[in-house]
Amino acid sequence: MSDLNRTPLFDLHVELGAKMVPFAGYEMPVQYPLGVMKEHQHTRDAAGLFDVSHMGQVILSGQSWQAVATAFETLVPMDVLGLGDGRQRYGLFTNDAGGIEDDLMFARRGDDLFVVVNAACKTADIARMKAALEPEITVTALTDRALIAVQGPGAEAAVSAMDAAAADMTFMHVRDLTLDGIAVWASRSGYTGEDGYEISVPDAQAEALTRKLLAQDGVEAIGLGARDSLRLEAGLCLYGHDIDATTNPVEGALNWAVQKVRRRDGDRAGGFPGAEAVMAAFENGAARKRVGLLPEGRAPMREGVAIFDADAGGTQVGTVTSGGFGPTFGGPVAMGYVATEHSKTGTPLWGEVRGKRLPLTIAKLPFVAANFKR
Amino acid sequence: MKFTEEHEWLRVEGDEVVVGITIHAAEQLGDVVFVELPEEGTTVSKDDEVVVIESVKAASDILAPIDGEITEVNGALTDNPSMVNDDPQGEAWFFKLKVSDASQMDEFMDEAGYQAFIG
Repeated sequence: MSDLNRTPLFDLHVELGAKMVPFAGYEMPVQYPLGVMKEHQHTRDAAGLFDVSHMGQVILSGQSWQAVATAFETLVPMDVLGLGDGRQRYGLFTNDAGGIEDDLMFARRGDDLFVVVNAACKTADIARMKAALEPEITVTALTDRALIAVQGPGAEAAVSAMDAAAADMTFMHVRDLTLDGIAVWASRSGYTGEDGYEISVPDAQAEALTRKLLAQDGVEAIGLGARDSLRLEAGLCLYGHDIDATTNPVEGALNWAVQKVRRRDGDRAGGFPGAEAVMAAFENGAARKRVGLLPEGRAPMREGVAIFDADAGGTQVGTVTSGGFGPTFGGPVAMGYVATEHSKTGTPLWGEVRGKRLPLTIAKLPFVAANFKR
Repeated sequence: MKFTEEHEWLRVEGDEVVVGITIHAAEQLGDVVFVELPEEGTTVSKDDEVVVIESVKAASDILAPIDGEITEVNGALTDNPSMVNDDPQGEAWFFKLKVSDASQMDEFMDEAGYQAFIG
């Protein structure tokens, strides 16, 4: 695995007994001795700490906030200009066909924009931003910062014990904190459906900070295995699986992420890659839609399971894009794409698992209600 | 108890064998969330896929270690798959098999051999 990158927390993961696996070009902890199921439940009950340092952190800066936001709006169908200082938003890079090149989080830090992108896409994302925005906008990849998520109902107590100001933050707010003497950038967000923080910290202090966070009551290190089941129960997309370059935001059921100001008749309508295709999808609907899928039995329906409109014969009307066992839900859960005429909640369909058609129902997402601090 | 290279254990009870997976196999699988057992009365051949077991990570097949007839399955596993992690070499047996050819048992490892096999 010598060609793989390591995060600044690699040695700590090994010390904690993690099983390390290759993921998006990094050696990452898939689980610790606690195991996926207990790690998942611990995050829902108390607090989980996740190393997400493999993700890309980028700062965009320019003459003014107006210049930075206006430039970034040429790459994403989101309202960037309207973002208040210290606020964060979910975003999507689109391509010329309106497909999704990556999903991301962006936050306003004064006149700068702080962008966090997926590990597997970061090289392409940074190249895309540089090609489109430089030289007016400076695109700086922060290759010397780690990213640590603390998630769960115990996250506020754990982080605010180190800086009381953490408790004053609400969902999708960002600010600087000083955690036991270490200056960090924190956001009140994450990708588990739980309340919590994502903390950007210089590499050199990442391990010290992580040890301090793990020393707080109820905080356990959690691997990528539980991160995946947590985000699946929360109905959140895994890029490259639930959304990709061939799915537009309407197909992906991410309509909410495209603010009205960027849609047809909005004050800043269009002006992003694939705008015509995306606006046409809003107006005409899409032929397929991402939905929650609830298998009736106990058998998990994993990525790739074909979905049919009959228990025998019939037609394939969809495919599972993410699926597995939901430890908090207490049974198998999945999401995937189905033809829009079959996408209504409650519609009975069948997933073909090992040659057998097993019943499932179209279900509302999320499977486990979000627990954000609004 | 005898052990196979497929990480199954077999315990002889009269003209039947009880079959399960080893502690090592259960650890490798991770948290088991689903077990699909064969029908009682099914006649199976060595290496037939007889049990499907799914963990949080992936699906795996358990193969029939020898020829025979499935005489009994451990239905408790269907409702409580985590038994496979809690007690793989005890309570969490999968099925009992009426042995067609006892000589097929000869190739299997004893405990010491299996421990050496998994290193």
